[in-house]
Amino acid sequence: MKVVIFGLIVLLAIFHQDWWWWDDSSTLVFGFIPVGLAFHAGISLTAAILWALALHFCWPSGVDEIEETADSSSPKGGTDA
Amino acid sequence: MTSLLIILGYLALLLFLGVVSSRFLKGTAADYFLASRKIGPFLLVMSLFGTTMTAFALVGSTGASFKDGIGVYGMMASSSGIIHSAIFFLIGIKLWAFGKKYGYTTQIQFFRDRFDSDKLGLVLFPILVGLIIPYLLIGVMGAGVMIEKVTGGALPSLFAGSGSGPTAVAAGAIPYWLGSGVVCVVVLIYVFLGGVRGTAWANAFQTIIFIILGIVCFTTISAKLGGMQAATAAVQRDNPHNLRRTVRPDDPLTRYHEDLKVYEKRHAGWESKPTTERGPEPKKPRKPHGISMLHFVTYLFIPLSVGMFPHLFQHWLTARSARSFKLAIVAHPILIMIVWVPCILLGIWATSGMIDGKPVIPYGFSNPNAVLATMVKTLTSPLLGGLLTAGILAAIMSSLDSQFLCIGSIFANDIVAHYIGHDKLTDRQRVIFGRMFVVFIVLITYLLAQTRPGGVFTLGIWCFSGFASLFPLVFAAVYWKRATKAGAYACVLAAAGTWLWLFAQAGYGANRAYLFHGMMPVATIVAASTVALVLVSLVTRPPSTSTISKFFD
Repeated sequence: MKVVIFGLIVLLAIFHQDWWWWDDSSTLVFGFIPVGLAFHAGISLTAAILWALALHFCWPSGVDEIEETADSSSPKGGTDA
Repeated sequence: MTSLLIILGYLALLLFLGVVSSRFLKGTAADYFLASRKIGPFLLVMSLFGTTMTAFALVGSTGASFKDGIGVYGMMASSSGIIHSAIFFLIGIKLWAFGKKYGYTTQIQFFRDRFDSDKLGLVLFPILVGLIIPYLLIGVMGAGVMIEKVTGGALPSLFAGSGSGPTAVAAGAIPYWLGSGVVCVVVLIYVFLGGVRGTAWANAFQTIIFIILGIVCFTTISAKLGGMQAATAAVQRDNPHNLRRTVRPDDPLTRYHEDLKVYEKRHAGWESKPTTERGPEPKKPRKPHGISMLHFVTYLFIPLSVGMFPHLFQHWLTARSARSFKLAIVAHPILIMIVWVPCILLGIWATSGMIDGKPVIPYGFSNPNAVLATMVKTLTSPLLGGLLTAGILAAIMSSLDSQFLCIGSIFANDIVAHYIGHDKLTDRQRVIFGRMFVVFIVLITYLLAQTRPGGVFTLGIWCFSGFASLFPLVFAAVYWKRATKAGAYACVLAAAGTWLWLFAQAGYGANRAYLFHGMMPVATIVAASTVALVLVSLVTRPPSTSTISKFFD
């Protein structure tokens, strides 16, 4: 499922380039939104839906346990050894 | 006067929020810089959205669509909806987890640890601070200009007007130096009082304000233009190229031709004057040329900057839990859409809207960033004008506050505490060092802003490109075990070198439309930094087993 979700997100990024309506100024959605803008508003909504699916199916393992095991010591940084 | 009172009331409210949030401060550095890592989902989404949406979302987007049409939404908004959320999900949660496990407060601490290199911090520190200063400059200048424009006539006994033409300052207007200074001081006060918790509260408040005001302005203005359908129909008739990403040979280009007539008249008048009496030469309007596919596609690299913004890193670390990110990841693209779609529509309507036979935006108008303010002033009431100014100030200040705080945090933690010793400094001393550095940087920014450097908004794109060019570093640090210390240095140096070279090619920002082989320069810079990181990592010694087990097991 993880592959499918991330595949869909990549597909969305490709669709984002919009070869269909980028030269269309006559089609209007609801009578006032140019179709190229409506398409991109749709991209924004689809992004929200896909990210919701990603949260459900691709949630990283182990991060929910971190709250309990956190160590708040000060970091020491690198050594340049 | 109405506008001035609204602005003053708004600034007073912010100070009040700062005072209230200061009552929750526990007096520790962790609480001041990270709100004790207790920020929940709602405040996190508001902080992240408020911080990433600068004044550009309201003012710049309207101006950009006025110039270039609807393609601006795809370039800057829907791309951000995909990429910002991807970064919150793929990078933000990972970095939050490392921060929580290993006690990081800044991204430099993470990079030092991950690449086992102390000096990497010294290389990154000036780059990150240097890239943030132009970003701060945009906010401080934007606030000063906005207040000066809308308060004309408010206090004529105190402030006389000055200048003539497009740069004239109306009598009684709060001068630029005072407006920008007051905004800096107000943000400093609420950041000092409430720390990151204060900025989160202020960001939530300010984000709600600018969303509501955006919607109110949109509905009022569209009604004045005869309704949404009539407003778009006028664009279809006179300037249809603004409704698509291309310009056709048979397009009427009505606004361009009218702008050109005004320019020719102004230019003839300018030329007829003796050289000593001439002001600045009028600017010729740019003929619309559409947005090429390559330009559009390569603009996708700009939102990668979010992965390296130090102020966003700090907001990520404030999250109470990984689950707190969920709302931000889903809501971010929707919030962007709610703010941007009305602004883009207002911009395209402004090209062709007429009231009583006169264009809403006069022909020959040369400042696209003033399109929204002009529409609001012409088509709405002074009350709404004042409220809109408050909304724009909200957008500016919700980015400035996080940037002020993170600059202080980087200095206090990555320079002072790191070299003096974390154990030798009390929390109070660390916070004081942070505040002192912020005041120093804000003072420099304020003084620079008084010189009103030209092309500062173009500089903003270069500053975003700089952060985006370091994105491969953070991505590899989190996901590629084989990324090495030498690879990290190579990445940073390649990014800095390519950035400087292309910036010089663009006349140090003077050429505002500069593209490198038809592409946004950022695409080449990201490619160079990625290649350097990968090649140098592959030929150098892999990270130690302890580093790999710390970050990848």
